[in-house]
Amino acid sequence: AKSTKAATKKKEEAVETGTGWEEWSQGKALVRPPDQMELTEAELKEDITRILTANNPHAPQNIVRYSVKERSYKPINVVDQMAVHCVLEGSLVHQDSEEARKLRVKEVDGGDVEEAADEDRPDSAVSRINKKEPKVTNQFNFSNRASQTLNNPMRDRICQTEPPPRSSFSATANQWEIYDAYVQELQKQEKNKEKQKGMHSQKDNGKSKKVMLMETQSEDVTKWTMASKILERTISQNTFDDIAQDFKYFEDASDEFREQEGTLLPLWKFQYDKAKTLSVTALCWNNKYQDLFAVGLGSYNFSRQGCGMLLFYSLKNPAFPEYIYPTSSGVMCLDIHAQHSHLVAVGFYDGCVAVYSLKEEGQEPVYKSTAKTGKHTDPVWQVRWQSDDMDNNHNFYSVSSDGRVVSWTLVKVSRGDIHFVAVLYLIGKASLKYSCYSSGTSFDSHKQIDYMFLVGTEEGKIHKCSKTYSSQFLETYDAHSMAVDTVKWNYFHPKVFVSCSSDWTVKIWDHTINTPMFVFDLQAAVGDVAWSPYSSTVFAAVTTDGTVHVFDLSVNKYEAICQQLVVDKKKTKLTHVEFNPIHPVIIVGDDRGYVTSFKLSPNLRKKPKAKKGHELPKGPEVEVAKMEKLLSLLREPDQNSRGKSQHWTGR
Amino acid sequence: MAEVEETLKRIQGQKGVQGIIVANSEGIPIKSTLDNSSTVQYAGLIHQLVMKARSTIRDIDPQNDLTFMRVRSKKNEIMIAPGESICWELLLNEFHSPKMKRCYSS
Repeated sequence: AKSTKAATKKKEEAVETGTGWEEWSQGKALVRPPDQMELTEAELKEDITRILTANNPHAPQNIVRYSVKERSYKPINVVDQMAVHCVLEGSLVHQDSEEARKLRVKEVDGGDVEEAADEDRPDSAVSRINKKEPKVTNQFNFSNRASQTLNNPMRDRICQTEPPPRSSFSATANQWEIYDAYVQELQKQEKNKEKQKGMHSQKDNGKSKKVMLMETQSEDVTKWTMASKILERTISQNTFDDIAQDFKYFEDASDEFREQEGTLLPLWKFQYDKAKTLSVTALCWNNKYQDLFAVGLGSYNFSRQGCGMLLFYSLKNPAFPEYIYPTSSGVMCLDIHAQHSHLVAVGFYDGCVAVYSLKEEGQEPVYKSTAKTGKHTDPVWQVRWQSDDMDNNHNFYSVSSDGRVVSWTLVKVSRGDIHFVAVLYLIGKASLKYSCYSSGTSFDSHKQIDYMFLVGTEEGKIHKCSKTYSSQFLETYDAHSMAVDTVKWNYFHPKVFVSCSSDWTVKIWDHTINTPMFVFDLQAAVGDVAWSPYSSTVFAAVTTDGTVHVFDLSVNKYEAICQQLVVDKKKTKLTHVEFNPIHPVIIVGDDRGYVTSFKLSPNLRKKPKAKKGHELPKGPEVEVAKMEKLLSLLREPDQNSRGKSQHWTGR
Repeated sequence: MAEVEETLKRIQGQKGVQGIIVANSEGIPIKSTLDNSSTVQYAGLIHQLVMKARSTIRDIDPQNDLTFMRVRSKKNEIMIAPGESICWELLLNEFHSPKMKRCYSS
């Protein structure tokens, strides 16, 4: 109660003093505040003791902590009773402490760090502080003296040199440039190796320099020729564009309406100015490059004999021949080697034979036979390459009107010369006592059987001979009434060959039978006959009346399936015909020096129809079987008639 | 060289040929059958084209090389045969369109 009274008193006093002088004069009066607790008198008199303790009323009284040792919660009795009201960090440092020393050092030196812990430290620090103070000038007695030194004048010195010569260089590093550089490096290295192997004298160096010059010149020329050739061919492609398209794509649609007959579509015509007076005496396709063919030009006229020519044309450039070889005597026959297609054997009217190599530069043959080496005494009518002999030498046969079949072998003598070795076969009449040689006019060696060959003679006989027997014939066929112009073995069937003659007939033979299987009368002297390389039953014949006859025996055994007049009847005679190995094209030569090419229409190229569901068998066996079928049909009647042979004559 | 001259004459004699230019590997014309200004113009322009074309082909396969180019336009055609150190250009003034296929009857 006392305390409360005291409290009220204080409040009153506070109020009193607060209100000011008015209440001073009035005296003390107890004013009760409105929110004072109402207490009874008894309660007012009650003594309440208050104890001051040092306990923090806010401190927790029952803290319980987990004791790991006893593994249970344990109450903590002793609790911190301190209550912090205010914390202020001071900035005073004792002057003898280390920190104070460091601070002084920093102040005095302005950044210099010196090792501390000196007793002089405080003193030195103080003295330095004194030094830093600026000098105060005497206000009354002060003078400033200054002096100026001589400044040397500045001078510019310039020196200019000539700039080094510059050239700008730009190149692109492409893949092919890198490749070229490597190739050149390789070549250089190889040349260096060769030079090292050779001699080292100065003379040689001089010579090699000359050689280098020549090489570069010749390289230029070859490059010129290549580019010009390509250009010429493309120009031809342009000018003969329609022909080229026909050659590739045209198939005569009208063949479907014509049952069996076919036609020949004229393609390019090849002619050479200087060959106008000559007639085509030989044609041959090149096996390897099937657009290249050789034309031999000469004259069949006995009285008019002049020079001849050997030309090579490519289908890609009909305007001009690829290779031209003029010859002193008319070319009568030629043959291109099957494997080495750069070698061409040629037979001449004067009896010589020669071998040309297309790889060699120049217009002379690689070899030519002379009287010494055994040339023929009469025109050579046919040459044929044979397979290489055991020493890998090339050899070929030639037949001539002087009655000899000569085999020529090209033997390479050590230094690279080639000379001939001639082996003779004589065609004679075996019956007569005195030797009388009949003249051979045509020749063909068997495709599969190496040693067998056929010779056709001027008297119209065909002799089958063997290389091993030089004086006797295996067989003789009485073929024609006039000279046999051509004999040719079938490409597929090993027994069949065809012969043609100026007696207007073409005959097909089986060499085991003495009489012809088929005889066709063509109404005019037949110049040449050729088997097709794609079918064993198709062949073509050309006659002097300018007609080409194409036969397909599997389609029509009596007539040609195509008879076409290709040149002017009265002026020109057709002399030779050849099939292209892969394209459906034939070339026909005439006696005016022209060679015309024709495309065979589909009817002429028929293959046997396949039965539905069966695959079409391909290959030479089919062709052989086809021919065999035909022949067997012919043989059976023979057997039936007991040996009497029957002719199938054609109209 | 004589062969090349002959070939040049023959080509020039074909129908439709306007002119021939032979240039070296840098595009400078060596021989030409056209007048000087046209020659220089054609040689310069075609040289760039050939370089680009050749670069394209050889970039794809360095062992390959450009053998021939034909540029056909509305009015004429240019045939370009580049060699290693030489380049032939040929101008035609007719454009040969493929003709109708011929029918042949015997």
